[in-house]
Amino acid sequence: MSIPVQGPPSGRRQGLDLVPVTAEKGTKKEYTSDQEVRWCPGCGDYAILAAVQSFLPELGLKRENIVCISGIGCAARFPYYLNTYGMHSIHGRAPAIATGLATSRPDLSVWVMGGDGDFMSIGGNHLIHALRRNVNLKLLMFNNRIYGLTKGQYSPTSEVGKVTKSTPAGSVDTPFNPVSLALGAEATFVARTIDSDRKHLTSVLRAATEHRGAAFVEILQNCNIFNDGAFDLLKNPETRDTAVVRLEHGAPVRFGNDGEKGVRMTERGALEVVDVAEVGEDALLVHDVKHEEPALAFMLSRLGNVDDGVTPIGVFRAVDRPAYDDQVREQLEDAVRTAGPGDLAALLASGDTWTTN
Amino acid sequence: MAKEVQQRDRVIIRFAGDSGDGMQLTGDRFTSETAEFGNDISTLPDFPAEIRAPAGTLPGVSAFQLHFADHDVMTPGDAPDVLVAMNPAALKANVADLRVGGDLIVNTDEFTPRNLAKVGYAANPLEDDSLSSYQVHSIPLTSLTVKALEGYSITRKDAERAKNMFALGLLSWLYNRPTETTLAFLERKFAKAPELARSNVTAFNAGWNFGETTEAFTVRYEVKPAVMPPGLYRNITGNTALSYGLVAASVRSGLPLFLGSYPITPASDILHELAKHKRFGVRTFQAEDEIAGIGAALGAAFGGAIGVTTTSGPGVDLKSEAIGLAVTLELPLLICDIQRAGPSTGMPTKAEQSDLLLAMFGRHGEAPVPIIAPRSPSDCFDAAIEAVRIAVTYRTPVFLLSDAYLANGSEPWLVPDVDSLPELPVVFATEPNHAKADGSPEFWPYLRDSTTLARPWALPGTPGLEHRIGGIEKADGSGNISYDPSNHDTMVRLRQAKVDGIARDIPPLEVDDPDGDADVLVLGWGSTYGPIGAACRIVRDEGGKVAQAHLRHLNPLPADTGDVLSRYRRVLIPEMNLGQLALLIRGKFLVDAISFTRVRGMPFKSDELADAIRDVIEAS
Ligand code: SF4
Repeated sequence: MSIPVQGPPSGRRQGLDLVPVTAEKGTKKEYTSDQEVRWCPGCGDYAILAAVQSFLPELGLKRENIVCISGIGCAARFPYYLNTYGMHSIHGRAPAIATGLATSRPDLSVWVMGGDGDFMSIGGNHLIHALRRNVNLKLLMFNNRIYGLTKGQYSPTSEVGKVTKSTPAGSVDTPFNPVSLALGAEATFVARTIDSDRKHLTSVLRAATEHRGAAFVEILQNCNIFNDGAFDLLKNPETRDTAVVRLEHGAPVRFGNDGEKGVRMTERGALEVVDVAEVGEDALLVHDVKHEEPALAFMLSRLGNVDDGVTPIGVFRAVDRPAYDDQVREQLEDAVRTAGPGDLAALLASGDTWTTN
Repeated sequence: MAKEVQQRDRVIIRFAGDSGDGMQLTGDRFTSETAEFGNDISTLPDFPAEIRAPAGTLPGVSAFQLHFADHDVMTPGDAPDVLVAMNPAALKANVADLRVGGDLIVNTDEFTPRNLAKVGYAANPLEDDSLSSYQVHSIPLTSLTVKALEGYSITRKDAERAKNMFALGLLSWLYNRPTETTLAFLERKFAKAPELARSNVTAFNAGWNFGETTEAFTVRYEVKPAVMPPGLYRNITGNTALSYGLVAASVRSGLPLFLGSYPITPASDILHELAKHKRFGVRTFQAEDEIAGIGAALGAAFGGAIGVTTTSGPGVDLKSEAIGLAVTLELPLLICDIQRAGPSTGMPTKAEQSDLLLAMFGRHGEAPVPIIAPRSPSDCFDAAIEAVRIAVTYRTPVFLLSDAYLANGSEPWLVPDVDSLPELPVVFATEPNHAKADGSPEFWPYLRDSTTLARPWALPGTPGLEHRIGGIEKADGSGNISYDPSNHDTMVRLRQAKVDGIARDIPPLEVDDPDGDADVLVLGWGSTYGPIGAACRIVRDEGGKVAQAHLRHLNPLPADTGDVLSRYRRVLIPEMNLGQLALLIRGKFLVDAISFTRVRGMPFKSDELADAIRDVIEAS
């Protein structure tokens, strides 16, 4: 078969441009591989898998043009269960491998799946560079704030004081806030969602696929074996409304029972949680995912870091910036356009030459 | 005054100066003139790892040696016949290598008390008799250049800088070189600064005219052109040849080339070169680290590209895990290791052959990787094509082991006809290759070709062949995850058998044994080819009998290697390491090979190798 080396003439591309579509939408069943799923019963990964298997057919892409790449960890088993092309690689390196694939194949929709250890610890370097380059990848990070596959050590997202086998006296190091990290790494699309909220999860995935460039999605995922209940506060019907802030582009940031709480900016430029009844809706911060500066999105991501904090979910940032792979291809196309396709004989005989008889 | 012209069959010149003196450029230009003239040439740049070590110090000395002759040249030469020393540091660092009676050209302007003291000269060596065994030509190169450039509107610094062109002009006169390429080069180089172009040309001409008029030189030399196979030639370094080989492999296979690389000496020039060739569809990815470089190359290979990563020893250390992944994924991948002196940072600009065992065994688990090594700068072209051929045919990572000497050294190259290059046909899987129990078709990514044992290469985008591959052990055939003990045993042996089987597909070991009656075989690999060949020539010229064989394929070895070794009483293996090939040969063939090793970061001298060969002949 011929390999598509170049896409159609350049121009700013949208989400899934260049990935071939099909008239017949697939089914969840078709996207389910014949491999036995080996996560622990009750693991949050099942819900994410089901959501992805249901969501992908919705895109109407040719299934053979979807590739799922992962590193190592519980989450990294994901590709085996998805009936697309896939690679289960080595710890932390999936974003790098995916970068090579996406850069050379514009006709593929490339997904990278991993956990908090894979993305934030051993693969931290690859993640931040994939984000700043804005490679056309969808990166889903299943954050269970623990090491699962190696049986329960604390992770770079575990809260301070985490007691685990490797930290019997409690962990002492400050964790990463993945959304803050991604924003600091110049990511163009950053979102957070929750494994158990299928509707929200699917809406975030949809927004991520519509984005051209690197889309980073943190999915809060329950590891019922080693860190059970880590996100109960955000899930229990009694607490979730006051613990979760659902971000909506263009809407004032409100949460709580009947939206009684809101977020506004103080005179000193910090964010604070306020009673809407006291300050009025007009005083609230209006969420803007398109804002050029990531500073507001960053401040929102910090809300959960304070003692009485709340956890915003949804899309934090979605700005337009040329994708790395598109620009690389454009440079190749420009070179051919201005100087013609490469001529091997001319290349070999270039420079100072002489002839002997 | 007409000067006497003496004939020489070969000459070795070394230009030495401060890093900022432009010695590499001077050497390059003299090489170009000499190539144009038709001599055979071999060159060896020798520069410090520091970009600009403090001026005038020993660590800051940069040198360029070239050897040219009226016959075929195998090495950059042992002892220079001519040394150009631009300052006391260059003199001190290089004079011991100069042949007794050789010409020593020194820039006296730099021999100030301060500069002399900097390198520990208590007295000016130009004023005592410490240099009496050489023909010393003391010339104030800087002030002559500055004087020649009076009237040009350039800075004093620019005028002083042109002294390397004055020196080049003088040497060009001394050896009667054609000057057109240099003059054209200067016009090109300074196209944006015409005054600099004119002044450099003037400096060059002033050097030439100085030779003509001065009494410091009473003779000129002539080295007749060499007889070389007819055709179009150019001078080429190993890194350029390697880059061209990769582009050629891409063109001949019809597969796009993807380079994932992190800058590292002495491999970066390959990244720079390939970045120029976007018209060939070459994608170069400057990664965030060595691991990402190989990771991206492997990802591109999954998508049907020729995935390449270029690096040196420290980078290979970091890439080991990804190489192991490529072994088990059974995807084509090329790892170009431009070896340098180690361990750790070692000596980044100096050559060594000490990564052979790293390439061979430097991974956990049984993870065999084919290894190819070029023998000369221009051979990097063919070796790169051969490495790609093996990678795509057998779906395996392949090591290409070059080194700093090949990378930066150069020689004339008979430009090949594109049609004569190997074709690299690649067939991707397009159809299911297996039937399920119910008879319906399915795709098994690990169902192997019965001859090559290669697995199918099925690219994403191919309908019906969706499959998953990964680092976990796979069931033979289906490729599904398998922890079955006997399946693992089967797979380990299959991966080894696939690599071993490449031996059927490579040429037999060529032996150069002119009369067929030598008792001693010298076996080498990689960049020692030239020095070993030159040493054998020395020994044979005195009537000694010695055979030479040189390995291009180090894993697997040519099928007849054991037979060849068994035909000789003694086998001598010279290496720029502590005996890595010798260890492999001894282990595999139970041959009591004699190891001869030097790890000075420099190529062997042919004289010392000739001595080693004589010793073995005498003892055998
Ligand atoms: S260890 Fe935790 S994350 Fe891993 S599969 Fe089990 S429940 Fe899921």
